[in-house]
Formats: sequence, structure tokens, C-alpha cells
Amino acid sequence: MPVSNDQVRHIAKLARIAMSDEEIERLAPELNNILGWVEQLGEVNTDGVEPLTAVIDQKLRLRDDVVTDGNIRDEVLANAPEAHHGFFAVPKVIE
Amino acid sequence: MSEVRAKTIAELRDGFRAGEFSAREIADEFNKAVAAAKLLNAYTVETPEDALAAADAADKARGSGDLPPLAGIPLGIKDLFATRGVDTTAGSRILKQFKPPYESTVVANLRKAGAGMLGKLNMDEFAMGSSNETSAYGPVISPWRRKGSNVGLTPGGSSGGSAAAVAAEIAPGATGTDTGGSIRQPAAFAGICGIKPTYGRCSRWGIVAFASSLDQAGPMAKTVRDCAILLEAMAGFDRKDSTSLDLPVPQWEKNLSSDLSGKRLGIPKEYRIDGVPAEINTLWDRGIEWLKDAGATPVEISLPHTKYALPTYYIIAPAEASSNLARYDGVRYGLRVSGNDGLNGMYSATRAEGFGDEVKRRIMIGTYVLSAGFYDAYFTKAQKVRALIKQDFAKAFEQCDVILTPTAPSAAFGIGETTDPLAMYLNDVFAVPASLAGLPAMSVPGGLDEQGLPLGLHLIGNELDEQMVLNAGLAIEERAGFTARPEKWW
Repeated sequence: MPVSNDQVRHIAKLARIAMSDEEIERLAPELNNILGWVEQLGEVNTDGVEPLTAVIDQKLRLRDDVVTDGNIRDEVLANAPEAHHGFFAVPKVIE
Repeated sequence: MSEVRAKTIAELRDGFRAGEFSAREIADEFNKAVAAAKLLNAYTVETPEDALAAADAADKARGSGDLPPLAGIPLGIKDLFATRGVDTTAGSRILKQFKPPYESTVVANLRKAGAGMLGKLNMDEFAMGSSNETSAYGPVISPWRRKGSNVGLTPGGSSGGSAAAVAAEIAPGATGTDTGGSIRQPAAFAGICGIKPTYGRCSRWGIVAFASSLDQAGPMAKTVRDCAILLEAMAGFDRKDSTSLDLPVPQWEKNLSSDLSGKRLGIPKEYRIDGVPAEINTLWDRGIEWLKDAGATPVEISLPHTKYALPTYYIIAPAEASSNLARYDGVRYGLRVSGNDGLNGMYSATRAEGFGDEVKRRIMIGTYVLSAGFYDAYFTKAQKVRALIKQDFAKAFEQCDVILTPTAPSAAFGIGETTDPLAMYLNDVFAVPASLAGLPAMSVPGGLDEQGLPLGLHLIGNELDEQMVLNAGLAIEERAGFTARPEKWW
């Protein structure tokens, strides 16, 4: 079931990547090629197989719910393209 | 002093300790060579002062008798590892000029062991590629060339800068990362050694995430012993990585032994695939003979789901990548491009300009296979097949102790020669199954092909059995007698 240009446009929107019609048209056959190829997994009988979740068996560790870090606001903001008054700044979202 | 660069890490370490040369002399030699090798495009940032500072500390401590294991050794660091105050960009425009305020655990471990840093090494963007051609800095050019040709070859990828740097002797060793072959394939292309340990041995903390269930750091160096030395320094439990293994780090170097008496060598029949050059299979057969000579007994094994490993990988890795790379939104770090449509427009414009084509392609595939209505058909299915691939290996290791295969289906190819994404993905056909199963695996140089380019042999071990992989690697190294180095043209 090939992916249409409209579907590719929708995926690009979900992924938040701006794409021109030209790019969509170039990408659609590439994606279809790759998706067509991975579809061979349909040949594998996976009835009753549990999906793998941890590649090496181990227990998820818990830690005490205490503060272990902090007071590094300026370091956190140091790489921000825009920061004001100790906060990340983004384009206005509320009128 | 020029012979310093030809030495292995073990030789540098021992020579420095014996007073044959100072750490400063080692750092100076490598710093000069790095600065003179710009044509290779292996380094994205050079940090000569960092290497010198570590060297001076080593020289000062030399008399004290309390030297850390890597005192006096400068290393190249793949640009995927966060290095405090030094550009860490993952080969991407979207992280341009990102200077982490922290050090990745692996680099911190190497520093604790006394190592200095020569610079950051070029790589495929976000480690997505097998040729280094997807880097925002432009491709690394391999120091190797085909006999009688001056066509630029790729060093493989994604750890291509690391492989090229070690092969060109502008670093005695380097860090790499391996998600689906990114240490082993470039090691094979460059005629060096590289090992990916068991998933969880090296902390992922501070390594820019690509596919978190697969990403593992590992060393790349001239010899098996050097890999053992570096891996011992890099590995270890880290609370900051929830998948880090809480186990002591074995003494891999001390326990190196090329005596494989009583060991069974698995030869998977499914790895004899069509379209692989005869030279690769001939080298594989030679590798079997070498390991027989070391005392191992070959047994044919079957890994029935091998053919499904690559398609499984190309669902799981892009899916995880699409989630991991959602963080690049132009808000907290990296590039920001104002769109014309408020916040969403800024996100989309930033990501459109910041990511390269291959990264976009993988984010798109990942987003698609995780999207409503397709999740089970693609992602859950792939996780089930991954469980079967893991099971194949578990069964195989009941019959054998280590598995031998070729590392890659070809020698290094020319820059721009492989343009079809699917054809590029096939480079990792032999490397990806071990990644999906989280197993330790290593590439060791086996010989040169007819064009004078290196070919690698690939060893896969059982969970946590890096020692077996290293030992079999050492047995190959001793018998292959691989001493070829690229002729300097840069």
C-alpha cells in the first residue's frame, strides 16, 4: 500500500519539518522504496512472540526521590538561541 | 620522534613510563600531525591545548608511581560525545556551536584515566550513515586509496572521522559509537580494530542519542590490545544511564590470550549471501583457518532470521530516532530559524534547515511507523522479529563460543558512488544482527583486497563475553600479520 504525497505531507507536519511540494515529491518514492522493503517482515511468523523491550535483561533501578542536581539555571540557558529574564524565549503563542 | 605516531597505545604507554619520551612529546607530535592533515577532514574541532594540558599533568605525575592507565595518551573523540565547553554537534547544522556545560560519562572516564583530547572527530550527521557523506562538515576522506588511483574514498561511517584518524596516525586511538555497525564497518574500511561492547557496558549519558536501545560506545585503535585498554577505561556502571549494567569492568587487557584451545567457532551459514565479492568470502575462509590454528573448532551454526535483521533495524532505529530528535526544536539549544507561523512555524523552519536529507528521511520513516494505525504493523512487528533474532543468537551460543563473519560486504567505496539509500543501508548487513541482540562484536583487519584496500573480519560474542571476542581478535591479528598503512598523500 504505497504512501501518497498527501500522507507524506501529513507525516512531515507531524514531524515538524517544513517541506516544499518538490521535496514531498522527491521523498515519497524514497519512503515507498524503504517501506516496501521492510514489509518483508510480514513473512515472519511472530504468533505468540513477545516484543523485545530490553535487549540485555536487567531490572529498572529506582532511586530515592530527592534533589540531586540544581542551581545551574544559567548553564542550562547558556546554549539557548534566545533567553530572557532567566527563561527560554519562544515566539508569542497567546495574543 | 616521528616514529611516535606509528606506535600503539600500549607502546606509547610503556615507552612513556620507561622514560623513552615524555607525554608532551607525544602530544606535540600528534597535535602537529592533526594540524597538517586538514585534507582528510577528520577533525571538526582541534583541541591541541587540551592534549598538552593532559600531557603536562602526566609528565608531572610520572615520577610519582601512581599513574592512571592512560597517562600520556591523547585521543580523538567522536563529535557525538558531549565535551565540556567544546563544540559538540553530532555532525549536524542543528547543533551548530553547541557547547555542552557537561562532560559525557565516557569522556569523563577517559579523562579520569589520564587521557587528553586531540579534538572532535567528524561523523555522519547524528550517526546516520555508512560513509560520512551526511556530515554537515562535508565528508571525511579516507587516507586509503585504490592502487594507482586518486579517487577519494569514504572511510565508512558513522565513526568515519575516528577510523580515518587512527589509520592516518593523527590519533593513536579514538572513541566511536555503534548503533548498527558504526564502529565496525569504518574500522574494516580503514584497516584498524574496533569493538562494540555488550549493550550497557558503556554509559550513554552525554552521547547525543540516535536510537537509544541500540547505541553503544566503543574504542577504535590500531590493535586488539589497544581496544582492550581503551574499553577498560571507557566502560563502567553509571547511575545516570538507566540501561547501564551494574557490573565490575573486567580486566580485558590482562586476560588477553590467543590460545583458543577447546573453543568452538560458530560459522553462520546465512551469512553466505549473494552478491558479496569472492575476496570477502575467501578472507572469511582464511579467518576460519587462522582460528583453527589457534585451537578453535569450527561448527556450522544457523541464525535463521538473519535476512530480516536489516529491515527490522530500519524500523526500530528510525522510530527511536524520530522520538529522540524531537528535542531539536530551536528553543533550548542549537539552531533557530523563525518561520512565518508563530511557534509551530519556528519549529518546522528550524528542523527543515537544521537537518540534512538522510536525517529527515529517517525521522519521516520513524514518524510514519509510529503513527496511529501503523504502530503495530511496523514497530511492534519489528520488536517481535528482534526478539526472534535475539533468540537465534541465544541458541547459537549453546553450540559455540564466538561467531566469525565478514565485517562488511565490500571494501571502502568512492565518495558519491552510492546514492541509493537502500544500497547504502546494505553496508551493515553483517553488523546489524549483533546490534539488535545487544552483543559484543569487533572488527579486526584481515588483509587487503586486489585494489589494495583493507578488509575486516567480524567476531560476535555472547552477552558480556567481550573477552572471548578480544581473544579471537588477537588470534586473527597474530596470524593475519596486517601491517599495511595508507601511503601519505594528504
